[in-house]
Amino acid sequence: MNNSFAQERNERYDKYVKAVTPSTSLPKSLWNSFWIGGLTCCIGQGIYDIFHAIFPSFSQDMLGNMASMTLITIAILFTGFGFYDVIARRGGAGSFLPITGFANAMSSASMEFKTEGLIFGTSVKLFSVVGPVVVNGIVWSTVAGLIHLIIFGRI
Amino acid sequence: MTVFLNYLLTYATVFGVGGLVCSAAQILVVKTKLTPARILVIFLIIGIILEGFGIYKYIFGFAKSGISIPIIGFGASLARGSIEMARQVGFLGAFAGGLVRTAYGVGAAIVASYIVTLVFSPKSK
Repeated sequence: MNNSFAQERNERYDKYVKAVTPSTSLPKSLWNSFWIGGLTCCIGQGIYDIFHAIFPSFSQDMLGNMASMTLITIAILFTGFGFYDVIARRGGAGSFLPITGFANAMSSASMEFKTEGLIFGTSVKLFSVVGPVVVNGIVWSTVAGLIHLIIFGRI
Repeated sequence: MTVFLNYLLTYATVFGVGGLVCSAAQILVVKTKLTPARILVIFLIIGIILEGFGIYKYIFGFAKSGISIPIIGFGASLARGSIEMARQVGFLGAFAGGLVRTAYGVGAAIVASYIVTLVFSPKSK
């Protein structure tokens, strides 16, 4: 008796969850992430080309660094003004996969916990979302470097 | 005129490749229960593997920002730095190289986040 009641309640709850969850149609979300991701990359390329025109003597690496620093700063300013939420709501993977999403995750977490103080709020939560990316990146790139060292040796 | 066409072709490729990478991630978002953080780590490791096997530079050759702006580029940059430093400095270089090479972007992100946090208050959603 009690058991069947629980089952019925669960079924009703499942139905409710299905009704409330917004249905994301695959083609539409794919298209949104495609053009938002593509546009972000084009903006990055545009910044790179502008820097290349201004500083023709700089190396490719340095220009790339400057372009990504500029893009990151723009994304963080957008987060500050609250524009990035508008992009993130539609963009899905197109908004979190580029480097701008990395910057947005960092700054939005640090802003959200501003009320808990600059040390235990902002400084602690700054890496709460991007921490896994940084940690895994360092660990696996170190592994890659060591494997190369074992196979090819030093120059 | 050819210069203009070259630019058009470059930007079309950047748009296409960047869009396709993001769409591939979006398929993972819709079809699986993976959280964005896990998907970011998966693509980061794809980037490290691509760089580790030396494939990344060929993709970068034609796709440019289309592959370096998504998190794959961050992973490749980490691996590139670690490998280069390991080959120049030796064992210890492998630990420092990745951070040294990506320090520009990460440093900018931390400092800019801190300043923005000081200046702005979070918007209610």
